[in-house]
Amino acid sequence: MTPSHADFRDLERRNRRQTVALVVVFLLLFCALGLGLDFVVGAVRFQDGHLAGFPLLTIIALIVGSVQSLVSYYGGAALVLGSTHARQLAPDSPKHQMVLDVVQEMALASRMPVPRAYIIDEPAPNAFATGRDPQHSVICVTQGLVDEMDREELQGVLGHEMAHIRDYDIRTMMMIAVLAGGVAMLADFFMRWSFFGGFRTRDDRDNNDRGQARVIIAIAVFVLAILAPIFSQLIAIAVSRQREYLADASSVEFTRNPRALLRALEQIARTESPLANASRGTAHLFIVNPLEGAGDDGEGFFDSLLSTHPPLSRRIQRLRELMAEPADSAI
Amino acid sequence: MGSWIIIGIIVIAALYLTFAYNSLVRMRNSVENAWQQIDVQLKRRHDLIPNLVEAVKGYMQFERDTLAQVVESRNRAVAAPSQEVRLQAENQLTAGLGRLFALMENYPQLKSDQNAMQLQEQLTTTENQIAFARQAYNDAVLELNNRIETFPANIIADHFGFHPADYFQAPPEDQALPKVDLSLRTPRAS
Repeated sequence: MTPSHADFRDLERRNRRQTVALVVVFLLLFCALGLGLDFVVGAVRFQDGHLAGFPLLTIIALIVGSVQSLVSYYGGAALVLGSTHARQLAPDSPKHQMVLDVVQEMALASRMPVPRAYIIDEPAPNAFATGRDPQHSVICVTQGLVDEMDREELQGVLGHEMAHIRDYDIRTMMMIAVLAGGVAMLADFFMRWSFFGGFRTRDDRDNNDRGQARVIIAIAVFVLAILAPIFSQLIAIAVSRQREYLADASSVEFTRNPRALLRALEQIARTESPLANASRGTAHLFIVNPLEGAGDDGEGFFDSLLSTHPPLSRRIQRLRELMAEPADSAI
Repeated sequence: MGSWIIIGIIVIAALYLTFAYNSLVRMRNSVENAWQQIDVQLKRRHDLIPNLVEAVKGYMQFERDTLAQVVESRNRAVAAPSQEVRLQAENQLTAGLGRLFALMENYPQLKSDQNAMQLQEQLTTTENQIAFARQAYNDAVLELNNRIETFPANIIADHFGFHPADYFQAPPEDQALPKVDLSLRTPRAS
């Protein structure tokens, strides 16, 4: 179980870099949009091969984008918890007390501060971690996970989440979730606006000018509305999949007990129901894909290309290899 | 030109020295902190044991010996004059508690005693936290020792008096002991 121990600081650095890149791309997108609008309303125009005019909308877009980035960074965890209808976990039953205790155990094992614990009242067993750094981290479990897992299996699942926290995966994933949500909202907004003719300028001098503006709007809306959500989904996929294997390995490093995580994943693989409160925007945060039931855990080419999670069967197989146990025993 | 190069080298060397020294200090603190975590959990265990024994002794009439032995190791650990004696007593305590938890399985009436169950959960997580804290301590020691013994940080470590820390050695009977997991196990088909 050597792989991820020595290089978790590298993972952390990589996550810091990716978060910065993410915010830069996001801001550039906003700038491009603002500049496009400046052209459309005529605030900025080409004059003798130079840009002339005051790019008011570009500046506004930049400010809005910066504010949204700050909001995602400081308030992202609250937004994610709100959108999944999570509430703070209280020691109101023996099983909930045990979850709180196991969170502490895994924080000790990973040498990280103890994260706050939340719960979602849903029967599908699942869990995620989020927050901007280990000092402001949150672990969230579903009631289904609490009901179905025994102590060791919980250790495996929560160890997986602690690994995401230690490696700063939580920050990158949270920013993706919230910024992608912002892009989707923006695209939605422009769709409506252009439908209701919001781009009509006050002095429509001739049809030709207006026609040009229409074309630019159409292109901007097309790019945003269709490409942006796909693009952010692709980022989520690219960023999230390898991390699941790594977090599985780190979890075993914390618990020294590959069998328990294996049992937990098998148990989750058997459940049918997807999670009602998860959306495409937050799916990549969870330990297993919350959008598909056990039956959809495909291994086909497109499944593996377009899922935010590697197939459970492959993760289970990797854990078996970690245990050097024959893979033919029944699931 | 030549003098600038020399100044540059001196600046880089100074920066490296600062960085390496600070990271050594951080690692040493992290080892100390990990050791204190073990201590915190051991103290918590000492506090919980009398309560648990009090709660279960009414049910476990036939396990007087085990109960007495647990209390006795606990008291010896609390009053230990030296680190060595204390370590030995703590190890006996771990083994004794393992036995006690196993025996508690034979008394189904205990399951309906909320107080006893709560105490058992508290002690179970304390046992686990002791084990994980020891593991975390060893991880921290490994990190520190690796840094101290590898070039070029070893020169700095030598010069500023950083010493490799000792690993925590689990006693042989402790290694054979599985992690405690008794309460609330859900029955399952597989």
